[in-house]
Amino acid sequence: MSTVTTADHHDAHHDHKPTGIKRWLFTTNHKDIGSLYLLFALAMFFLGGAMAMVIRLELFQPGMQFVEPQFFNQMTTMHGLIMVFGAVMPAFTGLANWMIPMMIGAPDMALPRMNNWSFWILPFAFLILIISMFLPGGGPDFGWTFYAPLSTTYSNDSTALFVFAIHIMGISSIMGAINVIVTIVNMRAPGMTWMKLPLFVWTWLITAFLLIMVMPVLAGLVTMVLTDKYFATSFFDAAGGGDPVLFQHIFWFFGHPEVYIMILPAFGIISAIVPTFARKKLFGYASMVYATASIAILSFLVWAHHMFTTGMPVYATLFFMYTTMLIAVPTGVKVFNWVATMWRGAMTFEVPMMFALAFIVLFTIGGLSGVMLAIAPVDFQYHDTYFVVAHFHYVLVSGAVFSLVAAAYYWLPKWTGHMYDEKLGQLHFWCSVISVNLLFFPMHFVGLAGMPRRIPDYALQFADFNAFISVGGFLFGLSQLIFVWVLVKCIRGGEKAPAKPWEGAEGLEWEVPSPAPYHTFDTPPQVK
Amino acid sequence: MAKTRSLRWSLPALLLAGQAHATEIQFNMTPGVTDISQQVYNLHMTIFWICCAIGLVVFTAMFVSIILHRKSRGVTPATFHESTKVEIIWTAIPVLILILMAIPATRVLIAMEDTSDSDVTVLVTGSQWRWHYEYLDYDIDFFSILATPRGQIEGRLPKGQNYLLEVDRPLVIPTGKKIRFLMTSDDVIHSWWVPAFAIKKDTNPGFINEAWTRVNEPGIYRGQCAELCGMDHGFMPIVVIAKEPDDFAEWVEQEEARIAAIREEEQRLLALRMNLDEQMELGERVYLAHCAACHQPNGTGLPPMFPALKDNHVTTQDRAEHIRVMVDGRPGTSMASFARQLSLRELTSVITYTRNAWGNDTGDVVQAVEVYEYMQSKGE
Repeated sequence: MSTVTTADHHDAHHDHKPTGIKRWLFTTNHKDIGSLYLLFALAMFFLGGAMAMVIRLELFQPGMQFVEPQFFNQMTTMHGLIMVFGAVMPAFTGLANWMIPMMIGAPDMALPRMNNWSFWILPFAFLILIISMFLPGGGPDFGWTFYAPLSTTYSNDSTALFVFAIHIMGISSIMGAINVIVTIVNMRAPGMTWMKLPLFVWTWLITAFLLIMVMPVLAGLVTMVLTDKYFATSFFDAAGGGDPVLFQHIFWFFGHPEVYIMILPAFGIISAIVPTFARKKLFGYASMVYATASIAILSFLVWAHHMFTTGMPVYATLFFMYTTMLIAVPTGVKVFNWVATMWRGAMTFEVPMMFALAFIVLFTIGGLSGVMLAIAPVDFQYHDTYFVVAHFHYVLVSGAVFSLVAAAYYWLPKWTGHMYDEKLGQLHFWCSVISVNLLFFPMHFVGLAGMPRRIPDYALQFADFNAFISVGGFLFGLSQLIFVWVLVKCIRGGEKAPAKPWEGAEGLEWEVPSPAPYHTFDTPPQVK
Repeated sequence: MAKTRSLRWSLPALLLAGQAHATEIQFNMTPGVTDISQQVYNLHMTIFWICCAIGLVVFTAMFVSIILHRKSRGVTPATFHESTKVEIIWTAIPVLILILMAIPATRVLIAMEDTSDSDVTVLVTGSQWRWHYEYLDYDIDFFSILATPRGQIEGRLPKGQNYLLEVDRPLVIPTGKKIRFLMTSDDVIHSWWVPAFAIKKDTNPGFINEAWTRVNEPGIYRGQCAELCGMDHGFMPIVVIAKEPDDFAEWVEQEEARIAAIREEEQRLLALRMNLDEQMELGERVYLAHCAACHQPNGTGLPPMFPALKDNHVTTQDRAEHIRVMVDGRPGTSMASFARQLSLRELTSVITYTRNAWGNDTGDVVQAVEVYEYMQSKGE
């Protein structure tokens, strides 16, 4: 995943980068920063995953066996925060750093010093968050959604650290987003018109706008939590004229676009991989761009579908039910487009394609359960049960994470100059795709049968399913170790990769040698 | 003889039947026992089958393509792309399907929201981690807390059939009548959920939500808190018993008599002096049921959120403060007021218990009159 060992001889003649730790601390190179983001995300993925293993261990059997309920709540909270803000979002930013300049024919990101800064504050944010777990009373235990007043009046003092950590993560995301927008708007190579941009660039551009719009909302919200807790304001306290439900409105006004922040770039990745391995042009490029934009706009009009049980007026409930259902239309357009792209293509099934195909199937399942959840009267039964947990893990794990893994396999030859081990990759794929379904599919059943989420212990009729789910969870966790093995092997050596290792691939990134030199497109290419 | 034998045989059979029922794996949502819950179930199944049909079409196309259009079969890729006609079709068809879904969904939702013309009103108040039910039409109110012994949770005792879904005092409602629930909370947000009624409604502190049900069949219905509400969120179940109206009327009478008797006993208690052993025994029971979740069975607490009671200044020295905290709670913390939750006898005993357990050994024997006087002094 990095160009450390091989890049030097390509461009030593005009590059004087420092070596050792200084290279990584002071780097303004988009490829180095991309690698840092990706490695950081991978580390956080395993940390958050380890917490999920603790959760599944405790839930393996009914009764309290391994942890206390309070620690269990810390695990579910930290798992959510780390996976959302530490794994998925930085991984997409890493891909943006690596790929966007190469895809649009730019020499680097537009604001390289800010780029360095936006990565390097991130580890400190997570350091603060993780340290908070070792304070007396423990870390955040109010769920990643931190509903007030559980997170204000009734939380422990780690909340202050939690708020500070979220602020830093937000600043990092906003700087990253500004960089992406400025780069795409200003630094496209001559001839790279808007409707020629690769879809990954388009989806990231739209994602960056979402980030800039909603991260400040989150920052405002955590600040309100801080002042409610420590400075006697009453934003969310009815006794002082506030309203706890206001918290949820603000949170989900951030939270729903946030969901699309984690899935739109995934759409871009799948739209790059499917045409490559089907050896056929993407069926409807323009409609994909418009569908992405409509999903982004709709994402601001659906937030209260997370809040159907809070006692909203019936007309508000109806409004949010209808707008939520509407999102199925542009999302459907995307899925149909991918299938139409495969149709009468000439497909091969290398690891990136396998993950992309699994993405389409499993993301569609998660999308369909999303349509079910949109139906307000039935959502009263689904809400806050394992059915919801199943839904969002289908879209986030077998959706966003699978797309990230597919992207890694797809661009590894470009990053390292080596082909990954296809056999090991296929093993990783099959282990992952089987275990992810063992893990998350039974959650639909156990949720419909009535098991609430975020409970450390459960009634006996849920026991069989939970044992099964836990086994699936452990297998999925183990399967990801194969991925690390593949990565290490590929970074250290392997078959030399040509500039364009995939027969059907298109795009500027395949016109530079593999591994990509430290500096690419010093003179902009001419795009026809 | 014959009678005892039949009894001896039927009892285990009954238990077994019950257990078989409890461990039967449920894959789907319950149709429930109300007209609304049946409608919700039907709607759920309709949407589910539509989603299955859509999935089937998409996945069939995909897998046909995967099987037929693979390079290893020697195919050459087609070059077609962009077709406005196709794009309009696959935008329009989902819109039509969604409209078809929205019509029944809107109908069911509006029916669920109509809380007018109710026969009985119950005020449901959530607090960490118990439910309080108050019948606005009768002189009845009580707390409902988890009845599963800690030994079952910690694995020292075999788990019972209704593990974690049993309470000391269930909510009782009449069948065939429209019951209106008013929902609120004393501390954080909880959510009152009984799947068999298809009711899930958040209880927001400082605000009141409404829901209603009309139960068709007598029976025992179980549910749980559905909104993360802190440490013991998983341990605040809901049990509702639906009785025929006549049986319900009888229950109301008994319950009103029971509550009146408790008040009478409280008055008698004021003149009585309870001894230490008697108070320690009752106090321990009350402590384990109401206090141990936070302050731990051995009084060590979970500091700093839940302070230790062992060797604590308040429980070993400041007796007046001890009574004050028990009666008023500590506002802004999870320590609730226990003035309404416990009877005077229980309140007194648990104070005495915590002043003498785990080596606190103050030798104090608090009397009911002492607690009562404090409550009177602030007009309780």
